[in-house]
Amino acid sequence: MTAATTEPPADPILERVKTGVEAFDDLVMGGLPRGRTTIVGGTPGSGKTVFATQFLAHGITERDEPGVFVTFEESPEEIEVNMASFGWDIRRWRGMSKLVFVDASPSDSDEIVVGDFDLAGLLTRILHATRSAKAKRIVLDSITQLFDHFIADQALVRRELLRIAAALKREGLTVLMTAERNSEYGEISRHRIEEFVADNVVILRNALDRERRRRTIEVLKMRGSRHVEGEVPFTLVSEQGMVAVPLSSLRLEQQSGTKRVTSGNPELDAMTSGGFFRDSVTLVSGATGTGKTLLATHFLAGGVAAGERALLVGYEESRGQLFRNARSWGVDFGTMERDGLLKVICLYPEAQSLPDHLLMIRELVAEFEPQRLAIDSLSALERIAPETGFREFLISLTSFIKKREIAGLCSATDKSLIGGHSASEQHISTLTDSIILLRYIQQVDALHRGLMVLKMRGSDHDKQIRSFTIDGSGMHLGPPLRDAPDIFGGVAGDSSAR
Amino acid sequence: MSTALRSDPNGSGHPPLRLYIAGETPGARRALANRLRLIKALEGALQIEVIDILARPEDAEQAGIVATPTLSDDSIDPPRRLIGDIGNLTEVLAYFGYDRKDSAR
Repeated sequence: MTAATTEPPADPILERVKTGVEAFDDLVMGGLPRGRTTIVGGTPGSGKTVFATQFLAHGITERDEPGVFVTFEESPEEIEVNMASFGWDIRRWRGMSKLVFVDASPSDSDEIVVGDFDLAGLLTRILHATRSAKAKRIVLDSITQLFDHFIADQALVRRELLRIAAALKREGLTVLMTAERNSEYGEISRHRIEEFVADNVVILRNALDRERRRRTIEVLKMRGSRHVEGEVPFTLVSEQGMVAVPLSSLRLEQQSGTKRVTSGNPELDAMTSGGFFRDSVTLVSGATGTGKTLLATHFLAGGVAAGERALLVGYEESRGQLFRNARSWGVDFGTMERDGLLKVICLYPEAQSLPDHLLMIRELVAEFEPQRLAIDSLSALERIAPETGFREFLISLTSFIKKREIAGLCSATDKSLIGGHSASEQHISTLTDSIILLRYIQQVDALHRGLMVLKMRGSDHDKQIRSFTIDGSGMHLGPPLRDAPDIFGGVAGDSSAR
Repeated sequence: MSTALRSDPNGSGHPPLRLYIAGETPGARRALANRLRLIKALEGALQIEVIDILARPEDAEQAGIVATPTLSDDSIDPPRRLIGDIGNLTEVLAYFGYDRKDSAR
């Protein structure tokens, strides 16, 4: 292994090393290129050590690839303890020599520097560890600490780090180095480490946005390879580690099926030329009390009646309230749940972060395998999220629903009682296939409820505004409201209401 | 007459210092030459064991050596270490608590 292995010329088919962070691997076309060096930059607390450990853990548990962890910051014992909550049994792996530590964490020794030196001591220890473990993956966490240790000899540390990187490359190891950043949107790393040593650069962020932490991962550079650009949100999950939330913009390849499913309301089916599409997302938008939860209840009951499994995620009302509402419309949620055809999950939006909500929904879907999913309501979720985060959430959610060929129905609450626009609508409306508006409509003598199918992608639909009534068997559409006012803006003849 | 700071200035029972090097590098050669000058300056009161970590990587791991050459007094806790090729003998000896015995500089 003494002959210098020159870097292969831009090989279109670089072998990939999976990191264990699934959505991240998708961003980089399957994983980190084998035998290359990746710098992972981030501010303190951005998740660098977690990502690095997951990279090693995945190699050990899933690929039978031993790893070496060179730590410049925490002691191996501290890392053992800190990473245990993610389900990584580092102590056991050490015992099996699947994971070998090189402990270069600061010791309490008195130390001075007089004259020239090199870091051959470190390199020797690293190579000894990689060879004795037969390691395929190696982490250096964080090399910024190495620069800080020899603060007066920056040029020397650079030179030595290059030597170490070259030696690791000769050994065929896939290298992940972490580096500290001072700010979320500043220079890539202190000491500009990435400029001389890295083939690939990945940034972890933990930014404060509207008083909420938002963790993202971004691929900045992949030498000789394509990657998906932009920040992808992630979350740290106990017993799992880092879970990135894939964005649908990666693949807009969902099938556009032609199969129809019932909306649960025959009259609405007629208005939509035969019901909703199987793999589509419908938005029901209206002010409070206009019947959104009712439409969702019809939608779920219609699925269950057809023998499908249906999942309801409620963010506004308790289980008790939802069951009571359903009963008042002649729908028995309790029996449906006992028959295993319905699952109702209710929780406060504030209970967890938006990426965690998304993960929860994905896990519920994977577990319960519903053919229908209703979320009541998205507006409640919007409360807890910064705008960019909410849009990402919606993109992920809608693409996930379609990919699983689930019929989805989401509700959104208008702030104004008589129409108008909610902020969420702007995002949601472009992402959903169908939009149903529910409105209070004031006419000369009375206040009516009106329903209108505003948009239905890939299908013809009734464009009239229909009045409807609600009784013990649910919603009943009535005749069109001929002289209805502006359904978007408000009251008939009162343009100032906009 | 020595006014060494060490409790055992003659080094009769004191464990030797250790000099960690990594193979025959120019820095290692300078450090080895300076080691001999150190020993001479102390007129036998100082012993320095040489450890080539290429041959004994476990020792480097055990001691936590990052930089080479490193001259270390591992007998005390925490260990006292000097990184570099030991250029200035007087400075080195003072750091480890020895007074040089020869008059030469």
